[in-house]
Amino acid sequence: MAAEKVWESEGLTEAEYEMIVAGLGREPNRTELGMFGVMWSEHCSYKNSRAVLRNFPTEGERVLQGPGENAGIIDIGDGQAVSFKIESHNHPSAIEPYQGAATGVGGIIRDIFTMGARPIALLDSLRFGGLADEHVRYLFEEVVAGIAGYGNSIGVPTVAGETFFSDSYRGNPLVNAMCLGLMDQEDISTATARGIGNPVMVVGAATGRDGIQGASFASDELTEESEEDRPAVQVGDPFREKLLLEASLELIKTGALVGIQDMGAAGLISSSSEMASRGNSGIEMDIALVPKREAGMTPYEVLLSESQERMLVVPRQGKEELVKDIFKKWGLKAAVIGKVTADEKIRVFNQDELAAEVPVRLLVDDAPLYHPEGIRPEYLDELQDFSPGEFLTKGVTVRQKEKGKSDYNQELVRLLTSENLADKSSIYEQYDHMVQLNTVVLPGSDAAVLRIKGENKGLALTVDGNGRYCYLDPEGGAEIAVAEAARNLVCSGAEPLAVTDGLNFGNPLNPEVFWQFDRAVGGISRACRELGTPVTGGNVSFYNESPAGAIYPTPIIGMVGLLEDLSQATDQYFKAPGDFIILLGETGPELGGSEYLKVIHGLVKGKIPELDYAREKAVQGLCLGAVKEGLVKSAHDCAEGGLAAALFECCLGKKTLGAEVQLESDLLPEELLFSESQSRIIISLAEEDLSEFTRLAEQSSASYQIIGRVQEKTLKINNLIEIATEELKAKWKNAIPVRLRN
Amino acid sequence: MKFAVITFPGSNCDRDVYHVTSNVFQVATDMLWYGERKDLSCYDTVILPGGFSYGDYLRSGAIARFSPVMEDVIEYARAGGLVLGICNGFQILMEAGLLPGAMKVNDSLKFVCRQVKIRVENKETAFTGSIKPGEVLEMPIAHREGNYYLDRAGLEQLEANNQIIFRYLNQEENPNGSLANIAGICNRERNVLGLMPHPERAAEEILGSADGSKIFTSLLESLSRGES
Repeated sequence: MAAEKVWESEGLTEAEYEMIVAGLGREPNRTELGMFGVMWSEHCSYKNSRAVLRNFPTEGERVLQGPGENAGIIDIGDGQAVSFKIESHNHPSAIEPYQGAATGVGGIIRDIFTMGARPIALLDSLRFGGLADEHVRYLFEEVVAGIAGYGNSIGVPTVAGETFFSDSYRGNPLVNAMCLGLMDQEDISTATARGIGNPVMVVGAATGRDGIQGASFASDELTEESEEDRPAVQVGDPFREKLLLEASLELIKTGALVGIQDMGAAGLISSSSEMASRGNSGIEMDIALVPKREAGMTPYEVLLSESQERMLVVPRQGKEELVKDIFKKWGLKAAVIGKVTADEKIRVFNQDELAAEVPVRLLVDDAPLYHPEGIRPEYLDELQDFSPGEFLTKGVTVRQKEKGKSDYNQELVRLLTSENLADKSSIYEQYDHMVQLNTVVLPGSDAAVLRIKGENKGLALTVDGNGRYCYLDPEGGAEIAVAEAARNLVCSGAEPLAVTDGLNFGNPLNPEVFWQFDRAVGGISRACRELGTPVTGGNVSFYNESPAGAIYPTPIIGMVGLLEDLSQATDQYFKAPGDFIILLGETGPELGGSEYLKVIHGLVKGKIPELDYAREKAVQGLCLGAVKEGLVKSAHDCAEGGLAAALFECCLGKKTLGAEVQLESDLLPEELLFSESQSRIIISLAEEDLSEFTRLAEQSSASYQIIGRVQEKTLKINNLIEIATEELKAKWKNAIPVRLRN
Repeated sequence: MKFAVITFPGSNCDRDVYHVTSNVFQVATDMLWYGERKDLSCYDTVILPGGFSYGDYLRSGAIARFSPVMEDVIEYARAGGLVLGICNGFQILMEAGLLPGAMKVNDSLKFVCRQVKIRVENKETAFTGSIKPGEVLEMPIAHREGNYYLDRAGLEQLEANNQIIFRYLNQEENPNGSLANIAGICNRERNVLGLMPHPERAAEEILGSADGSKIFTSLLESLSRGES
């Protein structure tokens, strides 16, 4: 049998096969081998990442549920909680972009309502190659349509997101979706199978052959032949999921459930074995009892199918009819397929015939654990050892520059019409971002703010990540992602609470990729500790490679914050001419890894901006303090594109405004305008609040400068930039639509 | 006073409308299930909310209109009861024959969600009675099939009978390419109104606009005056 290398078709190694044989005390049959193939895939077992992920800080006074369940949960007071998580659907989206993205949204929504929470917000974090490429345009349009198609129909608003373009993602786009749900703490549910003899039920859609081995497919690199794996991509049905959502929440409210788990990756086998593992129990089931939409399905196919919109539930004995009645009302199936047992085994029958019998521990908890080798990539020294000096205005600092010139208008236009900084409303307007009547700060600002009906408090949500920074410095780039996410929340008036992380990397068996992964996790861990935002769950996506190589290492940080007083919700937009503009933080000569170097000079090089936690915390503290005092009319994080881009972005409120600022600086003009120094926030406030603000600022260690005032129509920065904002806005707004019309 | 909001499978603005009528306007509101027949005569207004009834997998509203409760809605409307259809609810009303016309896919072929400006064309309805004629309201739209279409003879009738109640302010403001910038119409008898914008999403200042509340206010004022 070994000569046939049966393990290869299941994505297992020979050593892993031997572990299975040793664990079972015999050779597995084909069905059992298929079960191990998916459960021991990277996607389900995290075999290459588990050891590193243990570095995350996962505890905090607000954490009610950390990593290990379908999603994390944090306490937001008043007996309420929010559950949230981010998940990737990169590989499916690469070969079937609409369905790949749609089912990514469907999967993460299920993870949230499985916890007992009503999903109230979606966020998306997307990465594509450059839009000059026709295939990329196809992927981009279809991914956005897929997210819209699913989220809009099910009625969960997509309230925030980010989209970046770089050739590194050309053959392997990234589609990360985050969902957040709101619940009463008494409704918290877990994915546990407990209580010997309790029934095990499949509810929701019928099972077909779609998505078989999807989890294994996700744990391999994309190749020219990957399109042949298209059957491994599932097809989503948001209408059915809407019914499943309502039925599941209704069922959870009855208190009849012991456990409930989404049937996502690796379908029935992973949901049943993980529930049994958490409950220290076993499950016995008959696949003949699973409602199917295709005839002649083998046990292997039923166990591994990734048909969407299904859940596995364990009610208390005697509650079977209650479950059936609720699902029948919503037009859905519910069938008892087995029961919870004491022997800690997954036992699968096909009618009378025993199809598989495997110890739960072996399948779930004893999955292989690897510590892949990590080696610092050679490219780093060369890239980091770079000074942009020769590309900049030689030797003439801002202070020395002659008066009366505005030479940098063209650079600013080119930056703001680049794919990464251009307006993204053509994306988020395809998403229903208002349904459920909670969205107080709409997409486009630093973070979305949601109200909580019936309460005076609110939630702020953001996703952030900068793959280019992480390519140049995985650890520093990951730290910046966390700090920027927190800054975005603070700009919205919220206290940052907790993090979910979407880790997107290449093949972990490549030592350079694993080094990136290890460093990025280290960076996230450090930043989360420093900023007091524990990680409550997340997702690892490896093997993001195409024939052209690995993607930029791309950790995405989803962060949730709380506003104690919703009236303090703040957005990034200037409100009235005459208001003072204040820059919190300091600008240094930090153009490494910047949009400026990439867009204007075609360079991805240099040392990325430094992150000083003391300064970061001081700036965030001052901003939030001023917001809470009711002094701040707008607050905006100064990030990609630097001060010049950030000032422009502040001008784009309901009425387009301008700004006139004058900064004292010994930097070169490009550095002042486009440097991406961290820990900076631009705020505006009314003249009469200035003295109160300065009083507050003097108690803070954060530095600040009053740099100018809001104007009617023109953005003027020293004698470097002078440009009509309305005209610039039109170009900025058009930049992505124009590229799509090519 | 008592309102009813109908939940079809796939409705997703039913809870939003309920929130606005019951919490914001303090009107007793019942959520009615599509599959159950119901005597609606006890209600002062019946609202068909937005969403994706039956997933909109067929033409929007084409299946929902066969729901058991729709027989009661039709009977209620024929008897002069006030019926408001928002977005998908508007589509269902057209499919049910209570309003003329049909929706095509937006000209952009894409779903679009944003604030739009609409002009109130006719205040001679229970839904617009308290609004100044010609007043411009700001309200969100969120749909993929809102491109209103009707044949020329039908349009002439609509115009002649002043059944066009809301229009997008102008061509640029029109988000979907609808005929004559139509955003909302009523039936000849003026007791059935359908519109694509979502007044329930613009009923509280904190959500960016409270202009939509003028429609609910009109309804309440008209009902308390005893007209309908």
